[in-house]
Amino acid sequence: MSRQHRDRLSKALNFFGPFIGLLLVIALFALIPEVQGRFLRFANLKSVATQSVIVALGALGMTLIIISGGIDLSAASNIALSSVIAAYAVNAGLPPLAAVALGVATGGLVGLANGALVTRLRLVPFIVTLGMMGIARGAAKWIAGNQKIDAPMTWVNELMAKTPHPPWLLLAPGVWIVIVFAVVLAVVLRSTVFGRHVFAVGSNEATARLCGIRTDRVKVLVYALAGLFCGLSGVMEFSRLTVGDPTVAVGLELDIIAAVVIGGGSLSGGEGSILGTMIGVLIMSFLRNGCTMMGWPNYIQEIIIGAIIVIAVTLDRLRHR
Amino acid sequence: MIPGPAAPPVLRMSGVSKSFGATRALDGVSFELGRGEVHALIGENGAGKSTMMKVLSGALAPDAGRMEIDGRPYAPSGPLDGLRSGVAMIYQELTLAPHMTVEENVVLGREVHRAGWLDREAMRRKVRETLELVGHPEIPRDAPVGRLSVGVKQVVEIARALLNESRILVMDEPTSSLPLEDSQRLFEIIRRLRDQGVSVIYISHFLEEVQRVADRYTVLRDGRSVGSGRMEGTRLEDIIQLMVGRELTQLIPRVEHTLGETVLSLDGLKGARMAAPISLTLARGEILGIAGLIGSGRTEMLRALFGLDEVEGGAIVVSGEALAGRTPWTRIGRGLGLLSEDRQGEGLALSMSVADNMTLSDLTPYRRGGLLSPSLQRRGASSWIEKLQIKARGPAQPVADLSGGNQQKVALARLLHQKAGVFLLDEPTRGIDVVSKSQIYEWIGELAREGKAVLFVSSYLPELLGISDTIAVFHRGALVESRPVAEWDATSLMAAATVGRAPRTAPSSPRSSA
Repeated sequence: MSRQHRDRLSKALNFFGPFIGLLLVIALFALIPEVQGRFLRFANLKSVATQSVIVALGALGMTLIIISGGIDLSAASNIALSSVIAAYAVNAGLPPLAAVALGVATGGLVGLANGALVTRLRLVPFIVTLGMMGIARGAAKWIAGNQKIDAPMTWVNELMAKTPHPPWLLLAPGVWIVIVFAVVLAVVLRSTVFGRHVFAVGSNEATARLCGIRTDRVKVLVYALAGLFCGLSGVMEFSRLTVGDPTVAVGLELDIIAAVVIGGGSLSGGEGSILGTMIGVLIMSFLRNGCTMMGWPNYIQEIIIGAIIVIAVTLDRLRHR
Repeated sequence: MIPGPAAPPVLRMSGVSKSFGATRALDGVSFELGRGEVHALIGENGAGKSTMMKVLSGALAPDAGRMEIDGRPYAPSGPLDGLRSGVAMIYQELTLAPHMTVEENVVLGREVHRAGWLDREAMRRKVRETLELVGHPEIPRDAPVGRLSVGVKQVVEIARALLNESRILVMDEPTSSLPLEDSQRLFEIIRRLRDQGVSVIYISHFLEEVQRVADRYTVLRDGRSVGSGRMEGTRLEDIIQLMVGRELTQLIPRVEHTLGETVLSLDGLKGARMAAPISLTLARGEILGIAGLIGSGRTEMLRALFGLDEVEGGAIVVSGEALAGRTPWTRIGRGLGLLSEDRQGEGLALSMSVADNMTLSDLTPYRRGGLLSPSLQRRGASSWIEKLQIKARGPAQPVADLSGGNQQKVALARLLHQKAGVFLLDEPTRGIDVVSKSQIYEWIGELAREGKAVLFVSSYLPELLGISDTIAVFHRGALVESRPVAEWDATSLMAAATVGRAPRTAPSSPRSSA
């Protein structure tokens, strides 16, 4: 095979690889007689999409962070904190829009703190965000008085409604929000100077510095942006639960990271794509959904998803040879 | 004490050759090491010393030639096999585990045990004996190695080599990172070992030090042994002559250019990793060559100048205006551009494309309505590929696929792209093919003719003498001498770089290319 052919093939694989995985998962469940009829129904697809929203929003930001060579272990705690803040605000009588803004801003602030600590203290992101994971979770429990915050129903709760209002939306507003942000972020990564700098910092930070890229600034921005997405994800969590629960989303950061990695993100930085991440999210959601329909217990799902992560990363390594 | 030529040598290498691709790193080297002898191995960077020692240690297999230890054929299958045969290396970069104690490090990999259980008592005894052997029983055996000074670490490293009853000890630039008093201690240890019959191969660029510690010497040049003899009674000048002996006839094109007004001046610049403050000036259209050994502080100066290392003192004046700000970003804004000596680790982002690597320092010309236009970017990169005759399939090819010479041209294209006026080039021709080298010389000359200023750091004397207008020499962190190129020759440059001072040579000394 000529070199150019091989290049083209590997490019095609890069692009379609995660797709193939997703199709395999869907095909698998579509062929199992017990769930065949229900699995591919629109109602089920709709609920899979809605269930994906929270992880998807977190994974959008995580993709940025992982491409830049970092990691964010505080994502799930940040989601919980933001949802508590949003519930608190609604409960305090603030207009729903202000509550949403407060929730998102909280996430952004936590992200900003992560970025500032990583760049100022020159600590590795793993340590900084491990610390922030505890801090944000603790803050959420403190603010909520260690219990759920009830809040009156508002339009915010419509964001995650499985049957959207108005009905011509077809999918929950939260799903559309994810789609819009995914497109925007994909464009930002592919065709803005900032996006190129994010890749450069993750690919080789020394080179980036040599080229005059203000690497610290790029990193702070990346963590802050990712924080905003966690904030938005927290708002969705609140919308779904209709209460602010400080103990929600425990361990969810690992699902978020797994989605990015399944989608082709490299933990050593410089690689990853929004499209891949979104497919990674869907692969995990479809697996969960299918397993539940089959009536398989939770632990089977966990084992399967664990195996998928290892397989996906192994395939990714082979592809890079 | 010094064995005469009649004593059978411990080690004999004859006709040893080793090639890497088209490069002959070793070309039939012969070498003899006597018992209880300190033998200096001398040569310029790239003369083949490291390759020869890697062959000796078993890290590399020779293409041809024979080696004997104590008259028996010696063909190590790997470093471990070499170690078992009694050949131990003390590397420049120390190879100790910083979190483990002195004792644990010395016995590492050779722990005494009974059925897997560590026999601490036996190990203590062995380590104590070994430290006594090197004359330093006072070193705390329970201290984590990471807390010790570089000099003491080195003693620990030597102790580790001796624990294996090594009879041949190879020391590669052992004093390059040592303060003076630690060097003294090292020399004492070497003498002690020699008196106990251990043979030492001592590699160093510092000739005066070599003269003090070695009994015999061998000079390598271009992969061959060109001279060998007793240290006593040999003049340093003769050794330097052997080192640089080649005729400087290589094709180094010289582009005529004229000097303008001063564009850059350093006034006592002191960076975080610089040993001493440096002052120098650079004019428009000037190529200022910087000579010196590896580790003499040239790279550290460039890094501080470019904002990669913190500046602790002194002033940088560009075009008459003091430079404020601390980051490379501000330096690029004032027209500086740095070519890193570490092309793969720092100079290029290997997983990114040729186009990205060329244009990363300034993407603004390729923006349309806030968005980056990949087609514009590729078109911009294509014009550089053409101008610099870079062999690449296209601007979208990953830069990792290119050859060293073409990678270097990509890195150079970036400086052109960012419209630098002052070029800081750190070993721009290291590890690249002859044709690309020649193109880069010509290109540097063109820059000077256009009125750009060039700081040209190089360890290769012919190219320094060939294209520079002025050459400044660094020695152990300080700028020791700066003269117009006509007042330098290879011998005086080598003397200044290795000894720190140079004899004056006649201004009429022959130049390589003028």
